[in-house]
Amino acid sequence: MFNWISQVFAVTQFSMRSLPQRKGSSAAALLGIAGVVAVMVGVLSIAQGVLKTMQSSVGDTNAIVLRSGADSEMMSGLGGDDTRIISEAPGIAQIETGALASPELYVIINLPMRSTGTDANVPLRGVQANAMIVRDSFELVEGRLFEWGLNEVIVGTGAQQQFAGLEIGSSIEVGQEKWPVVGVFEADGGLSESEIWVDAAVLQPAYRRGNSYQAVYVKLDSRDAFDDFKDALTSDPRLNVKPMRESEYYDSQSTIVYNMITGLGTIIAVIMGLGAVFGALNTMYTAVSSRTREIATLRALGFRSGPVVISVVSESLLLAFVGGLMGAGLAWLAFDGYRAATLNWASFSAITFAFDVNVKLLAQGIIFAMVIGLIGGLFPAIRAARQPVAQALRGL
Amino acid sequence: MKYLYLLFSGLKRKKLRTGLTILSIMVAFLLFGYLSAIRQAFDAGVEVAGADRLIVRHKVSIIQLLPQSYEAKMERIEGVDNAVHSTWFGGIYQEPKNFFAQMPMVPEELFDIYPEFIISDEHKAAWLETRSGALVGRGLADRFGWKLGDRIPINATIWGKKDGGRTWEFDLVAIYDGAEKGTDTSQFFFRYDFFDETRAGGTGQVGWYTVRVSDPDKAAEVAAAIDAEFANSAFETKAEPEGAFIQGFANQIGNIGFIIMTIMSAVFFTILLVAGNTMAYTVRERTNELAVLKAIGFTDSGVLGLVLGESLALTFVGGASGLGLAWLLVSMGDPTNGSFPVFYLPTTNILIGFVLIVAMAFVVGIIPALQAQKLQIADALRR
Repeated sequence: MFNWISQVFAVTQFSMRSLPQRKGSSAAALLGIAGVVAVMVGVLSIAQGVLKTMQSSVGDTNAIVLRSGADSEMMSGLGGDDTRIISEAPGIAQIETGALASPELYVIINLPMRSTGTDANVPLRGVQANAMIVRDSFELVEGRLFEWGLNEVIVGTGAQQQFAGLEIGSSIEVGQEKWPVVGVFEADGGLSESEIWVDAAVLQPAYRRGNSYQAVYVKLDSRDAFDDFKDALTSDPRLNVKPMRESEYYDSQSTIVYNMITGLGTIIAVIMGLGAVFGALNTMYTAVSSRTREIATLRALGFRSGPVVISVVSESLLLAFVGGLMGAGLAWLAFDGYRAATLNWASFSAITFAFDVNVKLLAQGIIFAMVIGLIGGLFPAIRAARQPVAQALRGL
Repeated sequence: MKYLYLLFSGLKRKKLRTGLTILSIMVAFLLFGYLSAIRQAFDAGVEVAGADRLIVRHKVSIIQLLPQSYEAKMERIEGVDNAVHSTWFGGIYQEPKNFFAQMPMVPEELFDIYPEFIISDEHKAAWLETRSGALVGRGLADRFGWKLGDRIPINATIWGKKDGGRTWEFDLVAIYDGAEKGTDTSQFFFRYDFFDETRAGGTGQVGWYTVRVSDPDKAAEVAAAIDAEFANSAFETKAEPEGAFIQGFANQIGNIGFIIMTIMSAVFFTILLVAGNTMAYTVRERTNELAVLKAIGFTDSGVLGLVLGESLALTFVGGASGLGLAWLLVSMGDPTNGSFPVFYLPTTNILIGFVLIVAMAFVVGIIPALQAQKLQIADALRR
């Protein structure tokens, strides 16, 4: 056994030492694999970014109430009376001013994107004071809050970066009116950062919404309070609403975008991976055939075929590992944190997010590279081990 | 002839290596074709957009409605042939993932504004007669296996009914085909009169207008005239050419073109490395043989041509089969299961593919070919 292992080491060391002699083809395989991994990690980091944006806004004890039948805030509609009844439901956390329920309006306004100059459906949210308490992560980072009752707005950092004309001091046009931007807020990278906020009482008449809202966000006493809260609302004959945990709601919101990007990214990665496997096979076959005599000599000296196979496979795995590392690193350098905007199909409005190259993706990329390396090395290795010694020595 | 024979013997020298190189080139062109189709799916609307059509929507955002009375006012503006309104219904058929567009329209006007829809006279008559009728695209009907006479229930997310219900039922009475490959046949139309009477709120209000202008060259002026007509009213408008409107929408999804270009560059870079490396190897291994060819009278440029020809044969076989495979894969249906309005491989991209094949053959082959050309017979034979 010990002999076998020492053989493995000897042969592997041998093949590693001869690597520099084959640097051309080895570099081609290595860079090829790096390219595949970089593209795969890059594309999937878009999906991860969208997901992260959707999830980091989720409060553990938060719930959202929409009209039943509506699958996003945009489609929903709740009368002023409905919102009052909802805020009286059991399980909602209480503060001095009453129940922690936040009735909100959700509309869009067309603003040009910085990148292309064409219009985007930027979300415009009408809020009351509770909106900033229900969202734990809300934080004003520049300027001030709008005055209640005045035509003033505050904008999320994501919206400010992606859409033109949202600096403090400039203003957005809503019909005949100009609403000045007076502040900028953050929300821990969450979805709200893509939005513009204004006093709900100002937004209602501007969008002809009377005394109506679209969603009620609430903070519950505890996670477990949700079931009672839900039962109370769904059994109330005055209401026709759908309460959801915030996490559930955002999951359903991100499904379409996430699945589309991940599906497409995976197809592309698999096809590219196939190409890289052919490249790796080529490299390793070439490596083996240029070492035919060497390998045959080793075997004539008494080395067994197992160690020979392992040495070839480990060379290929080493190339793949380094390639994967380079590709993943490149993707991380190039894409991580890159900010972009896309359209959230579920709510028909823009969402801004940052590409997210996380550890899971990096690991996935390197594992994918190793799989390519394993397949690319295995067949040439078996061929090397099977060559009849005498014929190979006479060789070429 | 002798060159062709030599060329093939060169490729047959190491069959496995040749095969693997061809396969990797094939993969590159398969991706090229497939990604072209995806890009086309996002851009399709822009290409088929009528140059004589404008889209007029509420200035502040597309979710705000416009009065139906604007139709008559717009048609009085000089240069406007016809103004037709649509509204986003946003309903769900069975489950949210079965997404497709549903729009109420005035039945007679639809054909006037969309000449690219092909529909038989019987279907047209049925559509004009049936109040609860639906006119759907061929692609959509195939997607869900709908037949004429089917009753299609759609759950409203925005538009509740007067009776308090949210399920609208439509009778499929007509199916349209597209005149061109890029015509969107994933849409579902129903009648505005039925819609307006049945909906609980918003009576007399519509989503946006499609306006046909009499002279496409004056489209910009007509758009400005429309916006001026409604300036300072309670419902201000934004009019823009249909192409620009669709492009703007596609831009919101993201810079698809840029993402696909980036991926393609990475793919071709990778494949260039692999194929280039193979060609370099082939030439290095055959230094002796090439020298012999020169010794027996082949010219320098003949040897250059031979190596380039080999490179072209490799990329051509790989590239053409890759494009073929992409075409096959694309015609099997789109990966989103019907959410793309169109999904096909445009002829232009096939042509671009063949240009790329030739370009790649040159890039991959030129350095080894030059080396082969410069070979000194005496030096090479001594090696």
